[in-house]
Amino acid sequence: MREVAVIGIGMTEFGELWQKSFRELVAEAGVKAILDAGIEGEDIDAMYIGGMSTGRFIGQEHVGSLALEVAGLEDLHIPATRVEAACASGGVAMHQGYIAVASGMYDIVVVGGAEKMTDVVGGEATNILASAADREWESFFGATFPGLYALMARYHMHHHGTTQEQLAMVAVKNHHNGSLNPKAQFRREISVEDVLNSPIVAEPLHLLDCSPITDGAAAAILAPVDIARKYTDKIIKIKASVQACDTLSFHSRSRFDSLPAAVHAAKKAYEMAGVKPSDIDVAEVHDCFTIAEIIAIEDLGFVEKGKGGKATEEGLTALDGQIPVNTSGGLKAKGHPVGATGVAQINEIVMQLRGEADKRQVKGATIGLTHNVGGSGGTAVVHILEAI
Amino acid sequence: MGVARYWREIPARYNLIGKKCEICGKVYFPPRTICPKCRRKSIGKMQDYKLSGKGTVESYTIIYTPPPEFEGKAPYAIALIKMEEGCYLTGQIVDCKLDEIHIGMKVEACFRRIQEDGKRGAIYYGYKFRKAES
Ligand SMILES: [Zn+2]
Repeated sequence: MREVAVIGIGMTEFGELWQKSFRELVAEAGVKAILDAGIEGEDIDAMYIGGMSTGRFIGQEHVGSLALEVAGLEDLHIPATRVEAACASGGVAMHQGYIAVASGMYDIVVVGGAEKMTDVVGGEATNILASAADREWESFFGATFPGLYALMARYHMHHHGTTQEQLAMVAVKNHHNGSLNPKAQFRREISVEDVLNSPIVAEPLHLLDCSPITDGAAAAILAPVDIARKYTDKIIKIKASVQACDTLSFHSRSRFDSLPAAVHAAKKAYEMAGVKPSDIDVAEVHDCFTIAEIIAIEDLGFVEKGKGGKATEEGLTALDGQIPVNTSGGLKAKGHPVGATGVAQINEIVMQLRGEADKRQVKGATIGLTHNVGGSGGTAVVHILEAI
Repeated sequence: MGVARYWREIPARYNLIGKKCEICGKVYFPPRTICPKCRRKSIGKMQDYKLSGKGTVESYTIIYTPPPEFEGKAPYAIALIKMEEGCYLTGQIVDCKLDEIHIGMKVEACFRRIQEDGKRGAIYYGYKFRKAES
């Protein structure tokens, strides 16, 4: 296997972007990444694009071909593949791109992720997101997607003493980080009281415990490390790329206070990279709900199981903490265009490792991690990156 | 929802018919084709098995923002339930005050209307749970 690097990144602003179509979002993120990497169209060997539910959000499947056309690469007839794994679609697209380059099959690969979620109205977006859960055995009976994370939250609170305030502190921290990110959907600070006073979605989760509905796209350009030097001296090496899966339904899992697929992916990623959790300088984790970040920092081994709430309260994961988590604002404040999220996480870590994260820069960060989850944990993808 | 999609799950949803692995004896609900413990050895050896309907609440939530099919039904309770056969499932808790529900509560299955396809469409039935008598 060849060593693989990220040589370029690009993303759109995240938010309710009524003036921009899916196509325009894909184009904007892709063009930025290509310019950043300094490659030409004819250098590109393949494309992988993550999209969770383009068919239901905009009535458009076959977005691999769409992305190729947007990029003006049809005369090259390169393979362009859409990748789907619910909210982990972007992370899985990254993993596919990694495999393609590491194997020697392709040299320069464009990885993208995009979702246009605000063209549907009312509760339709929520209903589409529910398709990440088990339609026959969860949703049929009235379980919503926030409802499944609410079951995790209640379970975690009952068995580990995690509090409603500790959940809220995840949102408060991520909104603070989001306020420093010009691309974030929410650039305003909130308080614990704001979270606790927001409407209940699925007890114990309030509206401000949940990530929003977002439009956005993100891209990254991958190349073998030895070829990468031809294009750039800002080489960020992918030290580990691991995907792990589990049951579709939450009730069939072996644990309810953890995502076993994420634990598995993290363990394999640390082995692959030859690093320990304490070596990680900065991490982007999948905080689709506040409880998800608490469980993530436990599953990744940053803290012991059950101590995630307390650690958040003590500031371990704050921007100036021992292990800053979701410096971008996370899914909560940066926004969560589902298919794009896994690739947007890579964008943030690459910026951090290049020292380009401006007001939210973690000083001296050299090793970063991303943790991207599909559904209630049916898919998990962990990447570890290092500046070389 | 297509009517056939609903109809083919009726045995499990009406009567809690799951599967029991003949090799290791483990009971699965919702029904599975392959036992994840015995894998290849279990092929063709998964027998229908009716659950008792008795279980314990392991976690629960009160849904305030329902999906379109449950519009007007909120707030309602959804629980993660451990059945006495050892498998887990997701279902609503009914016939009690929402603040009575707690982790460790003993429940039993009952047969109820779950949702309908609009005002004139098919009505879908299945299991919900209520506080156990004993
Ligand atoms: Zn078995």
